[in-house]
Amino acid sequence: MTTGTLESQWQYRTPKQRLLRWVGWFWLVALTVFCWQVMTRDTIWAFVTDAPRQAADIGGRMVPPAWGYINTLWEPLWDTLNIATLGTLLGVIIAVPVAFLAARNTTPSVYLVRPVALLIIVASRSINSLIWALLLVAIIGPGLLAGIIAIGLRSIGFVAKLLYEAIEEIDEKQVEAVRATGGSGLQIIDYGIVPQVLPTFWGISVFRWDINIRESTILGLVGAGGLGLQLQASLNVLAWPQVTMIFIVILATVVLSEWVSARVRQAVL
Amino acid sequence: MTASSTPESNAPRPWKRPPALFTHTGWRRTIYIGALVYLVLAVQSIEVDWMRVYEGLERGWRFVQGFLVPDFTSRWDDIQAGLIESLTMTVTSTVAGILISVPIGIGAARNLTPMPVYLLCRAIITVSRSFQEIIIAILLVAMFGFGPFAGFLTLAFATIGFLSKLLAEDIEACNAVQIEAVRATGAGWWQVVNYAVQPQVMPRLIGLSLYRLDINFRESAVIGIVGAGGIGATLNTAIDRYEYDSAGAILIIIIAIVLLVEYSSSHVRRWVQ
Repeated sequence: MTTGTLESQWQYRTPKQRLLRWVGWFWLVALTVFCWQVMTRDTIWAFVTDAPRQAADIGGRMVPPAWGYINTLWEPLWDTLNIATLGTLLGVIIAVPVAFLAARNTTPSVYLVRPVALLIIVASRSINSLIWALLLVAIIGPGLLAGIIAIGLRSIGFVAKLLYEAIEEIDEKQVEAVRATGGSGLQIIDYGIVPQVLPTFWGISVFRWDINIRESTILGLVGAGGLGLQLQASLNVLAWPQVTMIFIVILATVVLSEWVSARVRQAVL
Repeated sequence: MTASSTPESNAPRPWKRPPALFTHTGWRRTIYIGALVYLVLAVQSIEVDWMRVYEGLERGWRFVQGFLVPDFTSRWDDIQAGLIESLTMTVTSTVAGILISVPIGIGAARNLTPMPVYLLCRAIITVSRSFQEIIIAILLVAMFGFGPFAGFLTLAFATIGFLSKLLAEDIEACNAVQIEAVRATGAGWWQVVNYAVQPQVMPRLIGLSLYRLDINFRESAVIGIVGAGGIGATLNTAIDRYEYDSAGAILIIIIAIVLLVEYSSSHVRRWVQ
């Protein structure tokens, strides 16, 4: 009863925690303000204040969409679908062995092989497919092949990462049971591990295919074929109604592929 | 089949694993044949100029060499400028994106908001999610001019769709008992959000924000290709000039920063949760 009312009042955090939080927030705000100032140092504000007018102008040019233009878009659309599908296929074919080499319980060597496999995964994951496409177009020339390889290279990291995590989380008892029958290393993988990760594998692959459809629609911007090529051509001549039409086609494709992938994943998982 | 049905064969018959997928034989065959036909058609649609590929292989080799022996020095000023643009763009757009997406995320949670607000917020999320960063960047560059400001807007816009959606799902998955308990004390809507919802979703919100910071940096390396500033523009220039050693250096820097952000964010996430 002798303690003052101030001390007896319940508080969620100790003074030290509060101070730490305050300092943390302070630094976050300071960092943001600093970054903002560095970033906008070269910004020409006249362009920014002019933006609503520009937006209205472009918006006005974009409608109505050039509906007739769709007839020239069927072939790029087919190309886009092929880039995504074949690219996913290529990525998956490479990703599966990489995943088995990267998983702690299937890798031949934790100290030698696993780091290499992880490095492949990281390198593939940190570079966007558009950058891969940029490189490949410079190396093997513009066209579908560059797009397919770019999508494939980007998919390796994604598929392998999720797959090796799934392999590491399997039920070891089944592996032990197969081993107890005298199964060899490959048989253990085939009968003990593959059935356990197969649904996940299909789920990951279809998920990646869905993402790849999205990405392949714009790969053409750097010359790797598909809808992006048409987009670039239309943008270059400022044919905004055609651009709108391409956006509509891209949107429809993306929505459709998302629906397909959701259905397939629902069926598989 | 016949061997197993006769009683005298005691020898273990070879077991065949049943198919895991498409258990119906007819469907399986249809799907396999369909896939094969598609593959043939798709592969035929690729037109490869093998001479061009052959010529390019030498360039590819030079790129590999450039990647192994990267040149950080000769274009360092450009690389530095691009990096600073990318990093500042990443931080500001993530912060701005979070600030906007928290109210939208709360608005898109069915258990906290009335129907009209819910529909409006869901519509914003759908619009933001259905367009890719690159496409948004093209439009914003056309409106706001070249440079990191357009990139900042692009990334902030893309952040809204990502964060709000996951935040809304998280709020909807909240423990309803705690919300009811706080509401039973006579708390208003703000107090419910502050005392019942916020403590439940805060760790995950911080985790998602850090994850988005990571994504925003990666994307900031890409949107430069269409003129929205950042390291992507530098990389694009380097490749256009066939300076593969500088391009290799830039790629190595990107990979290193992504790794750094990923590791530190996973540490912070573990610490928070």
